[in-house]
Amino acid sequence: MEKFRKITAIAAPMPLINIDTDMIIPKQFLKTIKRSGLGISAFHEMRYHLDGSDNPNFILNKEAYQGVNILVAGDNFGCGSSREHAPWALLDFGIRCVISTSFADIFYNNCFKNGILPVVLTEDELLLLMKDAEKGSNARMVVDLENQHIQTSDGEVITFDVDQHRKHCLINGLDDIGLTLEKVTSIDAFETQMAQSTPWV
Amino acid sequence: MAPRTLYDKIWNAHVAHEAADGTCLLYIDRHLVHEVTSPQAFEGLRMTGRKVRAPEKTIAVPDHNVPTTLDRLKGIDNEESRIQIDALDTNAREFGVVYYPVDDVRQGIVHIIGPEQGWTLPGMTIVCGDSHTATHGAFGSLAHGIGTSEVEHVLATQTLIQKKSKNMKVEITGQLSPCVTAKDITLAVIGETGTAGGTGYVIEYCGEAIRSLSMEGRMTVCNMAIEGGARAGMIAPDDTTFEYCHGRPNAPTGETWGAAVAYWKTLFSDSTAHFDKIITMKGEDIAPVVTWGTSPEDVLPITASVPAASDFNGGKVAAAQRSLEYMGLTPGTRLQDVTIDAVFIGSCTNGRIEDLRAAAKVVEGKKIQDGLIAMVVPGSGLVRLQAEQEGLADIFKDAGFEWRLAGCSMCLGMNPDQLGPQVRCASTSNRNFEGRQGRESRTHLMSPAMAAAAALTGKLTDVREIL
Repeated sequence: MEKFRKITAIAAPMPLINIDTDMIIPKQFLKTIKRSGLGISAFHEMRYHLDGSDNPNFILNKEAYQGVNILVAGDNFGCGSSREHAPWALLDFGIRCVISTSFADIFYNNCFKNGILPVVLTEDELLLLMKDAEKGSNARMVVDLENQHIQTSDGEVITFDVDQHRKHCLINGLDDIGLTLEKVTSIDAFETQMAQSTPWV
Repeated sequence: MAPRTLYDKIWNAHVAHEAADGTCLLYIDRHLVHEVTSPQAFEGLRMTGRKVRAPEKTIAVPDHNVPTTLDRLKGIDNEESRIQIDALDTNAREFGVVYYPVDDVRQGIVHIIGPEQGWTLPGMTIVCGDSHTATHGAFGSLAHGIGTSEVEHVLATQTLIQKKSKNMKVEITGQLSPCVTAKDITLAVIGETGTAGGTGYVIEYCGEAIRSLSMEGRMTVCNMAIEGGARAGMIAPDDTTFEYCHGRPNAPTGETWGAAVAYWKTLFSDSTAHFDKIITMKGEDIAPVVTWGTSPEDVLPITASVPAASDFNGGKVAAAQRSLEYMGLTPGTRLQDVTIDAVFIGSCTNGRIEDLRAAAKVVEGKKIQDGLIAMVVPGSGLVRLQAEQEGLADIFKDAGFEWRLAGCSMCLGMNPDQLGPQVRCASTSNRNFEGRQGRESRTHLMSPAMAAAAALTGKLTDVREIL
């Protein structure tokens, strides 16, 4: 997993609420057996017309948002299906950070496993960043995970909370499975005890 | 000991390791696997030389991609679907997990066959790379969806890294009115709480109306907990639960059964246990409902009319406007005047025997509207078999429905069962998202009885006027 410390990048505003994982990556792209190559299909139905041509009205198709790395999105981003193809598609598209007032639980977890930082802010804070993101390539937003703050192009600074274990893993690009296997004696002991107490499991 | 909720009790019984910051390794009792969210996880194991830690607790079945037409054993036309199903087949056999291949009569939607085969039992922790894993909470287990990275983590370690959610109680008091079902309960709750209302919580559903539900109905309620944003939904086990589990292929037997039931009877929320959020609804107040928009929270009684965007506040105004345009609906139109093109009865929400009985009761001896796309897709091969033995299949076929083989089918259309642009469907599935059943298709969620009623009239219909 790629490390995440601090990025300075173009942010795109997507104020629509309840952007679900079907919107982020529709079903026909879930048939892959790989993690890579999904970026071209991200937001497929909003991004392309039925004939496959680009929809020029879609925010990420606009010139000002080419090379975007940050999404500033409406409430309840990533709701619906558990498909990790959603963060895989975002990452492959170039998104390293999504900022919203809330995220669906599974999507939120999935982001951390893939080097994407999801940031939860208040409505007022989000509004401020949404305005900043409207400047497109005329502006750069700074997301600093180590210091847990976001800086707008005007220099306004917003701090954010993040789980310290997740922060540690993201900053260092750590593999969860490796960390868990260090605790294998606890798992062994638990299984032994469980075999006695609930043998039907 | 301090009073605890059902969730607290199951959580505490599964913590294999707790770090100083409260991060826990939660032991997983059952890991369900399907073909869409697992190939990258098995590939990860291969690349790191890891094994499946507990193959006997890992149950694999193909369901999302499988065609539901009778000729499916001849092979799958879509190459990508075929590769994904073949990958599951190879992975299941290579890693030695429990496996129900597509030609096994026990094959079906993973959330239907888990309970059916007795893999799902009270008090367990159950995960699957699928958000509708919440279904299994109906047994008084802690069950939720995970991503593919977590699938790999569970395969390798039989644990998940977790932090505890908050406790939420959803109480449905009293009794349901005639023709009001578990689907109406779960949709009505989401209509009340919104799709983010449960974010950060595990919901325990309780109250007389929930207690009165069969296991099938309870599974329908818990299935859509995720649509309300909750990590999981659960219902304390009782005699209804034990009776359902007894005699299932993988349920305990003999003395072990007695010990298991004795333990399961301790799985309830203590009367003074603390809930961080409580929602109470009267069963009598719940009507047969349908969704009008593109979020499961867009719920209204069938007797209502299409709302206007201006009826909402904040970010919902723009979202409602977008939904109305997508759905092709004009504010003020009576929902019962909305004509449909398709009916889908099935899915992990409503593909069980009781759902098929409810739908069959509505259409028995009648014909559906000409020209409708109408299919009934049983949730498993065994549900299909039982429905045929009970005469339900003939009722559906005589009425004009297609009678299909088991799978996820038109709930998400990863197989050929998809709708075209602007095609409007009365559906017993769980999501009405844009493009869910096919690009630009339009989904109205409802109960099996309501979908059956819509098939008869060709419009969204109040089933109470038919039965």
